[in-house]
Amino acid sequence: MTGRALVPGRRHVKGVLDDIRRRLSEGERGALPVALGLIVLWAVFEILNDNFLSPRNLSNLSVDIVGTGLIAVGIVFVLLIGEIDLSVGSVGGLAAAVFAVLNVNQGLPEWLALVMAVLLGSLIGALHGFFFARFGVPAVVVTLAGLLAWNGLTLYLLGQSGTINLDSDGLVAKLTSYYFNDIAVAYSLAALGPAVFFLAAYRDRRRRKAAAMPYRPLHEIVVRTAAIAVVAFAAAYVLNQFQGLPLALLIFVVLVAALDLLLRRTPYGRTVYALGGGVEAARRAGVRVTWVRISVLMVSGTMAALGGLFLASRITSVSQPSGTSILLLNALAAAVIGGTSLFGGHGRTWSALLGILVIQSLSSGMALLSVESALQFMITGGVLLAAVVLDSLARRSPNSRGRT
Amino acid sequence: MPGPLLLALRGVSKRFGAVQALADVDLEIHTGEVVALLGDNGAGKSTLVKVIAGVGPADQGVIEWQGHTVQVRRPHDAQSLGIATVYQDLALCENLDVVGNVFLGREVRRLGILDEVEMERRTRDLLKSLSIRIPDVRVPVATLSGGQRQTVAISRSLLGEPRMLLLDEPTASLGVEQTAHVLDLVDRLRDHGLGVLLISHNMGDVKAVADQAAVLRLGHNNGFFDVMTTSQEQIISSITGATSHARRPPRPGEAGL
Ligand SMILES: Nc1ncnc2c1ncn2[C@@H]1O[C@H](COP(=O)(O)OP(=O)(O)OP(=O)(O)O)[C@@H](O)[C@H]1O
Ligand SMILES: [Mg+2]
Repeated sequence: MTGRALVPGRRHVKGVLDDIRRRLSEGERGALPVALGLIVLWAVFEILNDNFLSPRNLSNLSVDIVGTGLIAVGIVFVLLIGEIDLSVGSVGGLAAAVFAVLNVNQGLPEWLALVMAVLLGSLIGALHGFFFARFGVPAVVVTLAGLLAWNGLTLYLLGQSGTINLDSDGLVAKLTSYYFNDIAVAYSLAALGPAVFFLAAYRDRRRRKAAAMPYRPLHEIVVRTAAIAVVAFAAAYVLNQFQGLPLALLIFVVLVAALDLLLRRTPYGRTVYALGGGVEAARRAGVRVTWVRISVLMVSGTMAALGGLFLASRITSVSQPSGTSILLLNALAAAVIGGTSLFGGHGRTWSALLGILVIQSLSSGMALLSVESALQFMITGGVLLAAVVLDSLARRSPNSRGRT
Repeated sequence: MPGPLLLALRGVSKRFGAVQALADVDLEIHTGEVVALLGDNGAGKSTLVKVIAGVGPADQGVIEWQGHTVQVRRPHDAQSLGIATVYQDLALCENLDVVGNVFLGREVRRLGILDEVEMERRTRDLLKSLSIRIPDVRVPVATLSGGQRQTVAISRSLLGEPRMLLLDEPTASLGVEQTAHVLDLVDRLRDHGLGVLLISHNMGDVKAVADQAAVLRLGHNNGFFDVMTTSQEQIISSITGATSHARRPPRPGEAGL
């Protein structure tokens, strides 16, 4: 027996190794390799430039990841059903432009403009989803058309002025400039995370035990909880050395956790994974395939709009679309590097967080070392390729007869 | 002894482009009865199963459930009548584990959250009651053998309390022992009063469990037989088209073949 059928008394290290082996054989890369890669990356940058691991740089990094990271979370949903959304960069740009026009030019209150910009993202996602799910146009093509069209609309909206500056004390600016200076905030949240994990795991263990089913040994739960706690407290400590917990990071982590819950613990999420594992099987099981497809593209549209607003917030201005394709590629790369499969059915929202950390660390580190941007692109491209190759290999391993 | 009429198909036709997969097909299944659906490759058996299961509705024809005409346009319609199906192409989600597949579309939830523990418990119980051995119900079905997947598909169909079971070549990739298990199971389900439609190319299986045999040839009915009283040769010759039968009373405007 392998995997989750864990018998008490098994040595913990062996348990974890078996777990990794099982995951790999199932085509699930898991978070560990990426996390190790990230540690190596950070060590190398720190050796080359000892500002890299400074609280200031890490704190900035933690805010810089949020915009693109949110977009990557949306992409994870689309990748899970085995499709791709190429429009996210443009939708993010459009949402920011619409917000700026409504708020700055039209004088709408910030909160209203914000809500409308995010809803616009959902609506655009629904539109893409409709063409994809109802007319059977491949999602790649629909969203490619979207990429062009929404870029065009953004150009049109920003036409006269080209750039709109946002209120630098406003709500949207605060999204990325507000920090919880009180160190208690970061620390108590760092305590909350592991506590929730432990309670959930412990409760699960008790119910399994009561039903006479295999369950995780207690020490394994403790070790896992401790690992989460170490990461959480280290992060809180570093962030508190600078300005405290950034609001943006809090929003990002809460959204990632909430959407992970949605995907992995609700019937809706189950249908998303099911579509990635076999559309026909899902249809025959009574899953409303059309609706799930539309909803998934709505999630990615919504997250793209939200991400676009965070990116605009970071620079408190909105300008004509130029970097939207880089944005798309970074978000896509983040999802895949973090361990979400391009072939559907495998992945988690947390992979967006991990992946964007890698991407942003690369660009932040290379900026510190003043590497030319030409080289930066090539290195990021190389990392993405490596991740995709790993993904393909995992899916072709003899044990995983996945969709090919 | 078969009970009252459970499901009846009247004049069902379905066409895929130039292929007339089903032409004016009739079929009756009673409670407590196993009907074998026979025919050569491409005769339209799987197509007929998909018609009944709501996966590929018919172009024409009527489906009656316990004497009432019903609309079966979606898988959900068939499920709510109590029709469970094991498809020839197994229709499992490769990336989901055994528990996830067994409960797909019928997840147990508590306060909107999946109750994994309960679903796993019921899956284990179900597999146990069917004497199915799968080492770990938490591995993705992609890692299971063909026979194991087939047993997963069969268990999946038995979740809930189906009134009728459609089995499209359920023993095709099973070993000797598992085949015997499945045939036993079919026997037991009949005794529980279910109606079973069994598709098989194996005449031994048919002889062992079926009460009635309905033969399809090129999308047409080609005979109905009482399995007890008909010789195997007779059934085979009707499958291969050596003989043509239309034992059901011909309706107006229609002659036998
Ligand atoms: N989705 C489809 N699209 C087009 N043609 C189809 C489709 N499904 C079935 N057909 C055609 O309909 C006919 C009947 O196919 P069906 O699968 O019902 O045969 P079968 O009796 O189940 O055969 P087998 O014993 O090989 O499983 C075949 O000619 C097949 O090519
Ligand atoms: Mg068939």
